[in-house]
Order: sequence, then C-alpha cells, then structure tokens
Amino acid sequence: MHSDTDSLFETLQQWRAAGKSAALATVVSTWGSSPRPEGSHLAVDEAGHFVGSVSGGCIEGAVIDAAAEVMASGRPQLLEFGVSDEQAWQVGLACGGRVQVFVEPVE
Amino acid sequence: MKRAALARIAEAQRRRFPLVAVTRLEDGVQCLLDAETVDGELLLSPAQLTEARSLLSSGRSMPLAGADGLFARAYVPSPRLLIVGAVHIAQALSRMAEAAGFEVVVIDPRGAFASAERFPGIQLTDEWPDEALARLGLDGATALVALSHDPKLDDPALELALPSKVFYIGALGSRRTHEKRLERLRAAGLEALLGRIHSPIGLDLGGRSPAEIAVAILAEVIQVRYQGEYR
Repeated sequence: MHSDTDSLFETLQQWRAAGKSAALATVVSTWGSSPRPEGSHLAVDEAGHFVGSVSGGCIEGAVIDAAAEVMASGRPQLLEFGVSDEQAWQVGLACGGRVQVFVEPVE
Repeated sequence: MKRAALARIAEAQRRRFPLVAVTRLEDGVQCLLDAETVDGELLLSPAQLTEARSLLSSGRSMPLAGADGLFARAYVPSPRLLIVGAVHIAQALSRMAEAAGFEVVVIDPRGAFASAERFPGIQLTDEWPDEALARLGLDGATALVALSHDPKLDDPALELALPSKVFYIGALGSRRTHEKRLERLRAAGLEALLGRIHSPIGLDLGGRSPAEIAVAILAEVIQVRYQGEYR
C-alpha cells in the first residue's frame, strides 16, 4: 500500500470526499527515452496540488494546466509532448523522448 | 473516471487484487476487468478482453494492440516486504523499503523489539511468524527476509515461505549459522527448496553498519524482483 500509485488513488478519494474537483493524468504512449513508463499517473486537485508523476518533472506544469481545463469542462484531453514540440521545448522535455498523456476528470 | 471505478481501484489495491482499466482515449469511456468480471460502459471484443486480461498477470500497462485508441492500465499488488525479527537492521530496512515503494510488515512476537518507538510509522505485528504469514498471505509480489537470528522465529517463517510463491527469500546469519539452519530445514523435508534461500543475504557491497546491510538486502530484493524469478 505504499507504492506511488496506491497512495495516489487514496489521495484522489480524499480530495473527492472533501468536495474538491480532481483530474487524473496517465502516460498512454511513449517513444524514445521518455522518463516514465506507460501507465504512470499524476493526480491533480482544483488548487493545483498534485501527486505522482508523468515525466521527470519537465512536463508536469503543462499537464497541471490542462488538468484545470479538464476539471472545468468535464471533458478529457489527450496531450502530446516531444522535443520537436514548441511547448514541450519551452517546458524543457530535453530527454529526447515523446509522450502522450491522457487527462480525465474524476467524478 | 467514474466514482465507482475510483473506489474499485482503491479497494483492489488495498486488498491486493489485480485489476485492469481499459479507457477509450477519444472520450474517456472505461471498463474495469478482473479474471471473471467486466464492469463499465466500454464494450470490448472477445479478443480485446483476452488481451486486456493477460495484463492481470504481467502487470504491464499498454495500448491494446488490436484496437485504435484503447489504453489498458494494469493495477497489480505493490511489492511487499515481510521482515521477521524487529532487529537493528530491520529498523533501517523497513524505512528504506517503504521509500522504495514496498508495503512493509515487521513481524516479531517480542514486544520489546517490535515497538512503535523503534519503528515509527511502520506496520508491526507481535504475532508469531507462522500466524502472521498465514494471515498476510505469501503471494508472488511478496519478499520475505528472516533477520531475527533466533531459530524459533526464523525457521517457521522459512518453512512457510519455501513452498510458497514469494519471489525472494533471504536469511541473515554467518555461514555456520546458515549450515545449521539448512540441516534443520532438511530434517523438515524441505531439501529440494533450500536453493531458494539467499544467504549470505544481500548483494556484496562490503558494508558493515546496519543501514549499509539494509541497502545490500533491499538492492538484492529489487534485483531478484526484476529478474522475474517468480513468474
């Protein structure tokens, strides 16, 4: 019960029980040397608090921004980051990999 | 993700049941499946169901091969380390293993050893090892280390662990101590399984302090886990 993922789902339940909006991000494809494997989760609450990770730290900021949109709209988003991507370059995904991250609202 | 799905994943992790969630990335519609059941709005073909179920044992998460835009996330029990003997090395090992993502339980019926002061925040039990292991279950995501130096505690734990699915068994002790232990386990009819015991325990890092020995033990447990000895 102590791996990142286990406590992450408990945290999500606590946020929702406290009436906070939340979103769950998941790495769904990777190419090249991306730092976190497929299935890696990041959970975000309405205030931007987060647990888990979808990269070595380089795209978390952008994913948290997208999570806020997902919470507001109630609709999931599929994000893609890579070195050739303008935004990813700005947020510094310098590892040479590409990742696709699915962000969904948590009911 | 639906509220019921969130609750079911959290529950499965608490109870160490494997579960797979399949998500359609176009709209987020999902289903959850285990070996017997499928729940949720997303309908899978028989081939997709078979592929998704194969992840219950492999524990891998990946897009389903036969379909566009379906992602399968496997939730399998986190690795667990059961430590017999609440000794000095166990104090360091329990904290390090938790930091490395293991669920940790320290087992020692001697209350002076297994005290909350010595193991703050660590799951402790004062049951005898055979009772504790029977209650906790010895599955393929579990490692067992016997550190007590006391045959009354270590031997019953090893006798249960040897024929079980645990992926790692280690026992602390000098070569002479270990030889005597092997004699007793042979007498208990476990000859064919004795090769499963890692002893001397831990990778040979040359360390001497309890914390350094704990690093060596944890490193070996992680190495064996990824070598897939238990699949």
